[in-house]
Amino acid sequence: MKRKALNWSLGVATPVLLVAAWWAASANSMNTFFPPLSAIMVRFRELWLFDHFGSDILLSLRNLLLGYAVATVAGVVIGFVTALVPVARWALDPVIHFLRGIPPVALVPIFISLIGFGIEMRVASIALAALFPTLIATVDGIRSVDTTLKDVSSVYRLSRGEKLAQVYLPAAGPQIASGMQVSLQVAFIVMIASEMLGSSEGIGAMTLLAQQSFMIPDMWAGILLLGVIGFGANLVFELLKNRILAWHAGSRRLANS
Amino acid sequence: MTATAPNSFRRAAGRHTVQEDPMTVRDAAAALPRLEVTALSKTYGSGGSAKCVIEDLTFTVNTGEVVCIVGPSGVGKTTLLKCLAGLQPVTSGAAAIDGRKIDGPPAEMALVFQDYNRSLMPWLTVRKNIRLPLRHLRLQAAELNQRIDTALEAVGLTHAANQYPWQLSGGMQQRVAIARALAYRPEILIMDEPFASVDAQTRFELEDLCLKIRDDFGMTILVVTHDIDEAVYLSDRVVVLGAKPARVLDVVDIDLPAPRDQISSRALKEFADQRTNVLSMIRKPA
Repeated sequence: MKRKALNWSLGVATPVLLVAAWWAASANSMNTFFPPLSAIMVRFRELWLFDHFGSDILLSLRNLLLGYAVATVAGVVIGFVTALVPVARWALDPVIHFLRGIPPVALVPIFISLIGFGIEMRVASIALAALFPTLIATVDGIRSVDTTLKDVSSVYRLSRGEKLAQVYLPAAGPQIASGMQVSLQVAFIVMIASEMLGSSEGIGAMTLLAQQSFMIPDMWAGILLLGVIGFGANLVFELLKNRILAWHAGSRRLANS
Repeated sequence: MTATAPNSFRRAAGRHTVQEDPMTVRDAAAALPRLEVTALSKTYGSGGSAKCVIEDLTFTVNTGEVVCIVGPSGVGKTTLLKCLAGLQPVTSGAAAIDGRKIDGPPAEMALVFQDYNRSLMPWLTVRKNIRLPLRHLRLQAAELNQRIDTALEAVGLTHAANQYPWQLSGGMQQRVAIARALAYRPEILIMDEPFASVDAQTRFELEDLCLKIRDDFGMTILVVTHDIDEAVYLSDRVVVLGAKPARVLDVVDIDLPAPRDQISSRALKEFADQRTNVLSMIRKPA
C-alpha cells in the first residue's frame, strides 16, 4: 500500500518537476526558438481556449475519430474474413503484408493527388493508415482462438452468428485491442501529417503555419496541445479497454500470482 | 469448496435408484442400442505418412447406460470421442445414434472436454457460460433460468454463479463444464477424462454426480477414463481398448449392485475381481 502511494506520487511528481524546470530555465530566455514557457502558456490560452477550439481543435478531432472509427470497423471485419475464409486468406494475406510495409505518412501525398485537399482526403488517409494494425491483430487473434473453444461451440451447435460474436470476437478481444491501440497512435500521426501537408485548418496546419510565420510561441502551443490530445486519447482508450477486457486482466493477474 | 456437496449427491442418487428397479432399466436398455460404433477406423494423413489411430472399432451403448472406455494412454481415445461428437470425420466405418449416421455434432449430444480450463469462456461468468449453448434453443426466460439454476444446484455451485471460471479451482471449473452440459439436457453425454485432474475427494463427488444425472435425467453416458477403478465403479459395461492402433480387446459387463456407493461398492469382492480382470487385459503385452 505504501509502495503504491510512493509509485503514484513519483508518477505525478516527475512531470510536475519537469514542467517546473522548463518554466524556470526558460523564464528569461531570449532565444527565439525557445521562448519562455510563460509566453507559450499565454498563447496556448489565447489560441486554443477557446478562439480556435471550434474551428480547428474540433475539426482535427472529428477527422481523427471518423478516420479511426472507419479503420477499426473495417480492420475487424476484413480481419475476420481474412482469418476465417480460406480463399480470402490466400488472396489478401500478401497484399496486406505489402501494404503494411508502406509508412503511413507516405500515403498522404497519394491521397492529396487522388482526392484533393478536402476533409475526405484527411479522413481517408487516417482510415487507411490506421487500418493495418487492427486488421493484422484481428487476423492473428482469430487464428489463435483455442481449438477447444471452437470444438465447444460446435458441440453445442452455436449458430454462425453466435460463434462470431460470442466466441471469436471476445476470444480475440485482447489482441484486437492491442492492434486498435497502435491504430490510434498511427491515426493521430496521420491526422497531424495530413493537416501539415494539405490543409490550412486543423491543429497540425496551425502549428506548421506558426512555425513558417515565425510565431514560435504559437508553434510550441500547438505542439503542447497535440501532446495533451495524444495523452488524453490514449488514457481514454486504456480506461475503456480495462473496463471491457476486465476478465482478461483478471485472469492474467490470477495466473501470474 | 462445498463441503456439503458429496453427501447431497449420494443421498439423492440413492433415493432415486432405490425407487427404480435397476434391472428393468437394463432390460429395456438392452433392446435399444442408442449409440452404435461399427467398424470405425480413423487414419491421419495418407500414403506413406499415414498414421492409423483407430482400427475397426465396434461397440454399442444402450439407452440409460453408463459405459466407460479404458485403455493405455495415447491410444486415441480422444480422437474416438471427437469422431463420435461429429467434430472429426471417420476414415471408414460409422458411428450412429438411433441408426442415424453421425456426420456433424448431433443435437442430442453434449461433450465434456478434458481441458476444463480451456473449454469454458473466460470472458463469461459461470452463469453466462451455462447459458451460452441454451440461447439458440429459444426457451422461455423462466425455463432458461430454471434449467441453469437446477444445473448449478446439481453440481453444488449455486454460490459461484456470478464468478468467472478463472476465479475457481480446477474441480469447480470442471463442475461448471458439467453443469453446462446438464442445462443443455442432452440425451447422450460424452465425457473425456472428466475427472483426471481433480483431487481425490472431488473425483468421488463428481463420479457420484455422474451416476445421479444418469438416474435423474435418464441420460446415456459414455466416459473415457484411464482410471480402471473409476471405470468399474461407474460402468454398466467397460469397453477395454488395446494399443496401437486402438481396437476393442473386450467389453466387460459390470454387475455391481445399484445404487453404487463409494465405500461399500468398492469394498465388494466383485469390484476387486472386475478391476483385476480389466487391468490385466490392459497390462498384457499385445
